Amino acid sequence: MTGTLAGLPMRAASALPTLAAVGVQRTAWLMLVFPLAGALVLLLGGRRTNRFGHVVGVAMPFASFVVAVITFVAMLGYPASQRARDVHMFTWISVGGFHVDAGLLVDQLSISFALLITGVGSLIHLFAVGYMSHDPDRRRFFGYMNLFVAAMLLLVLADNYLLMYAGWEGVGLASYLLIGFWQYKPSAAAAAKKAFVVNRVGVAGFSVAIMLMFATFGTVTYTGVFGQASSAGRGTATALGLLLLLGACAKSAQVPLQSWLLDAMEGPTPVSALIHAATMVTAGVYLIVRSAPIFNLSMTARLAVTVVGAVTLLFGAIIGCAKDDIKKALAGSTMSQIGYMVLAAGLGPAGYVFAIAHLIVHGFFKAGLFLGAGAVKHEMNDEVDMRRFGGLRVVMPITAATFTIGWLAIIGVWPFSGFFTKDPIIAAAFAKGGISGALLGSAAMIGAGITAFYMTRVLLMTFTGHRRWEPDAHPHEVPPVMTSPMIVLAIGAAGAGAFLMLGNRFVDFLSPVTGAPPASRGLITPVSGATLALVVLGAVIAWAMYGRREIPVTAPAARFPVVAARKDLYGDAVNEAVFMRPGQWLTRLSVYFDNRGVDGLVNTLAATVGGSSGRLRRVQTGFVRSYALSMLVGAVLLVGVLLLVRI
Amino acid sequence: MSSLPWLTIVGVTPLVGSLVIALLPSSSAPGSDAARRRRDLLVKRTALGFSLLTLVLTIAMVVSFSPGGPDYQFTQVYSWIPRFGIHYAVGVDGIALVLIAMTAVLTPAVVLASWHDVDPPPEVAATADTPGSGPKAVPARARRRSVKAYFAWMLLLETMVIGIFAATDLFLFYVLFEAMLIPMYFMIGSYGVGRRQYAAVKFLLYSLLGGLLMLAAVIALYVYSARAGHPGTFLFSQLTHVALSPGAQKWLFLGFFIAFAIKAPVWPFHTWLPDAAAAAQPGAAVLLVGVLDKVGTFGMLRYCLELFPSASRYFTPLILVLAVVGVLYAAIVAIGQTDMKRLIAYTSVSHFGLITMGIFALTSQGQVGATLYMVNHGFATGALFLIAGFLIARRRSSLIADYGGVQKVAPVLAGLFLIAGLAGLSLPGLSTFVSEFLVLVGTFTRYRAAAIAATVAVVLSAIYILWMYQRTMHGPVRKPVEGMPDLKARELWAVGPLIALIIALGVYPQPLLNIINPAVQHTLTQVHAIDPVPPHPGQKSVTSVADPGRIVGGKLTKKELAP
Repeated sequence: MTGTLAGLPMRAASALPTLAAVGVQRTAWLMLVFPLAGALVLLLGGRRTNRFGHVVGVAMPFASFVVAVITFVAMLGYPASQRARDVHMFTWISVGGFHVDAGLLVDQLSISFALLITGVGSLIHLFAVGYMSHDPDRRRFFGYMNLFVAAMLLLVLADNYLLMYAGWEGVGLASYLLIGFWQYKPSAAAAAKKAFVVNRVGVAGFSVAIMLMFATFGTVTYTGVFGQASSAGRGTATALGLLLLLGACAKSAQVPLQSWLLDAMEGPTPVSALIHAATMVTAGVYLIVRSAPIFNLSMTARLAVTVVGAVTLLFGAIIGCAKDDIKKALAGSTMSQIGYMVLAAGLGPAGYVFAIAHLIVHGFFKAGLFLGAGAVKHEMNDEVDMRRFGGLRVVMPITAATFTIGWLAIIGVWPFSGFFTKDPIIAAAFAKGGISGALLGSAAMIGAGITAFYMTRVLLMTFTGHRRWEPDAHPHEVPPVMTSPMIVLAIGAAGAGAFLMLGNRFVDFLSPVTGAPPASRGLITPVSGATLALVVLGAVIAWAMYGRREIPVTAPAARFPVVAARKDLYGDAVNEAVFMRPGQWLTRLSVYFDNRGVDGLVNTLAATVGGSSGRLRRVQTGFVRSYALSMLVGAVLLVGVLLLVRI
Repeated sequence: MSSLPWLTIVGVTPLVGSLVIALLPSSSAPGSDAARRRRDLLVKRTALGFSLLTLVLTIAMVVSFSPGGPDYQFTQVYSWIPRFGIHYAVGVDGIALVLIAMTAVLTPAVVLASWHDVDPPPEVAATADTPGSGPKAVPARARRRSVKAYFAWMLLLETMVIGIFAATDLFLFYVLFEAMLIPMYFMIGSYGVGRRQYAAVKFLLYSLLGGLLMLAAVIALYVYSARAGHPGTFLFSQLTHVALSPGAQKWLFLGFFIAFAIKAPVWPFHTWLPDAAAAAQPGAAVLLVGVLDKVGTFGMLRYCLELFPSASRYFTPLILVLAVVGVLYAAIVAIGQTDMKRLIAYTSVSHFGLITMGIFALTSQGQVGATLYMVNHGFATGALFLIAGFLIARRRSSLIADYGGVQKVAPVLAGLFLIAGLAGLSLPGLSTFVSEFLVLVGTFTRYRAAAIAATVAVVLSAIYILWMYQRTMHGPVRKPVEGMPDLKARELWAVGPLIALIIALGVYPQPLLNIINPAVQHTLTQVHAIDPVPPHPGQKSVTSVADPGRIVGGKLTKKELAP
């Protein structure tokens, strides 16, 4: 099928051949091997590796970064149509027509992620050297972190859905291990389990999608599925799209599977920065954009994606407004920002590039913000309540400065990154047209205003105003091993957006994979003007509420909307009422039934046969003989029957 | 190489070991405590030695098996009771071979892990060694149990199970199928804990009931073979050619299937398993759940399908319903368990549901997945049971509520428990994932609803495994857990290889798949089943084109199947 479907330009890339990798790109698998080896050494090496564990832990992602850069440079040497290269490793599973290779696809999309994961990942690993320096289990921490990097790279580099699924569950495992890193805290243990279980709901959807792909196309490779996607019809595409969306919702903490992310803040802060902000939670966006040829075919699936994104971007932003815990405020913000990416991804080729661009700059500024929060927490004796912060600008100037740059980037002030990546998403939503376009665009625009409010609130409560510290807090600026990653991330937060978006640099780079959005209409449009006004309004309101007035140390009593936001908009209450309680009830009923129903029947039967339970016991003690006897009788019976029936 | 009677050698080795142990001096012979302990040690070392020898021989056999060769290899046929056409006939296809290998791997691990399980309880140290555990935890009366007999039973069981997988004569199969109950009955009944006698009798009654039904079907099959013209026979290869009326097929199928469904066990014949597994020592539980139960699923695949192809197709919908109900029901019941051993037993019932589903999906992915699942489940559940056993040996309780915070005091134990648990929830990268996904995808191509329903178990398994892990390993260190020692070298050697296999077969399962694939193709041909063809075949990946041999091979087998 050629031409346009559902009014969308057909993606060019599905027709492009994927070539076998040559030259240095053939060693792209080293990207995975370094962190995997690091994880093995650190987790199997035991206490012997305690002394140098963190060095190995930081060196491995850096080595991966170097490989990623080399692979990337090699890619730039090819013409745009020949940049998708496949690295075959070995045959993973081959049964009948079901053939799955362990192979890597190095193309513009996957290398963008690989650079982000290894680059930002290395910086966060470096930060963690300082942050975790007092933790007796620092080696184990780096082992898990390296495991995460390996799994995340597998997720984005896999050349087929099943291998991507392996990476998908691998990052889920790493997330489980790291949220529960301080497993002796019951809250951390519960949060870890919750994250994994909620993600398994998504995994169920993802795996049914893979089964449907195999049943329809006889293959689960990207090239095989995308090449035939259009011939399978819209029904199949819609089913696949919705199933994949379920997976994406769980991994990217989108409504209705969002509830685990706020609890996940139980993990050490570098984990929150790397896994629950910069990389893993964006995997849902990757899944949707990677599956562009499927989503391009189904308007229904894309509409569902945009609705999920728009709802979540408001949902997360509202939660972010009410949290006094700095990490939870940032977690709400992460949900909200990923909501923007999902919304953009749902817009089809008009939004894919912007989704990925926003994802990358979000990786910079959100990781930076989280590391800033971590630095503050580190200096404030693990306090996370912003009502006990205040005035930290003076004692932690570098942290405050990098945090401020992150703040400017996330609220989208020109010329900081967010401006270049968030505004195109809002504009593209409006450009979708019709009522849905207006609604989605408005939601995204209002979300920008709310974002400005809650981020300003975080900034003001933490770094300005009076000191509301606990008496035993003596904060200082953190050591260079922690400030340097924050500085590098701040530079990215400041400049990455302009670098990527000006002159269509990133759009041109990525469009062979995702299709190109319509040409932009300049920097200043009515939409961007209105957005900027809302952003200023949000920031001013926050300043009026938190900058000018004294902040009480305990949260004031609140009425409906604030209470709801503090309770995560009742996400957990809904889960409890809809899934947990009925589930517990069903479990109890089943256990009862199994013991009394099925089993009771058998026991009654046995008791009736034996006359009474006392008789049964006697049968048991004499059973050896009686069994031997029955064997004998059986054998005699067998021979007898055989003799009788002999013809 | 193939001239060597490998199967007989492998099968007889544990039997010899069992006899040697029986001839060793018993621990109840007069002598000091130290002398008794020395004698016990000799018994254990002999058992370990023979089980390892069996493993080495099995590895040699697997290496000399040629996956592309004849369907059955290492065959031997000797007339046993000529009058009734009964033979000593053995031979293995890829399916039986990997199951024998699994048995041979598990047995030494179980021997090593069970080292002290049946030792007479240390009468002096009984209270000192379990601080704060209260009077309940101290074993009732120090019973004198024969260490010698326990390990002899174990090796005897190994011989019987290998014989069952190797038998190509239905009579031989049936005799071993029944005889296998005896060692397990004693291992549960005399060496178990808690309601061990109740559990042992329940196990026996259930199995005997199934065995009787099968016996009737076996005799009937013989009669039909005799009526068909040639002299009556029990040789499997000839029985598959016996023409049966559709009605007869159905009845005989049921006779076999119910016996296997009880053995496997398939819902709703499962209630004996949690009782038996909870009452058995961890090592015996591994042999029960990991090895013995596989005879049931193996029987369905080999005997039900190949002997009664049209009845198999007739009953498929019913069996799929039972399987799916079992998958979900057992998983839900597992979530509600308070005892680790019972919990693991219920997870196994859930997994057996998946294996049954894969077998009756009648696709190559489903059946290869089911076969691989039998092997992987043996390793994964084996490891999980053994590590739970190490935990129980330390704290003398199998109740989940008696633990908490173990990860802090025994990180290696906790770490291995986690890996085994993750294998239980089929995490990609671990062996069980490959088999579970193959079962699901193989079922999906033909029975979508069943596959989708069974996929819900993906969520349930995460709940039962991680909740158990959270309650036992996470959280603050509970008082009775304080000072709990981490794994000892012996324990590490018992489960370490299993964990290594779980990971290795998860990353690179293809060698096993290459062995299983041709055998399953053969089975499918017998049942006249052809894999559904995808309606919109996509181009295979770039790289698989560079590997044309495999693809051409795959297509050829399909063509062979087509008529």
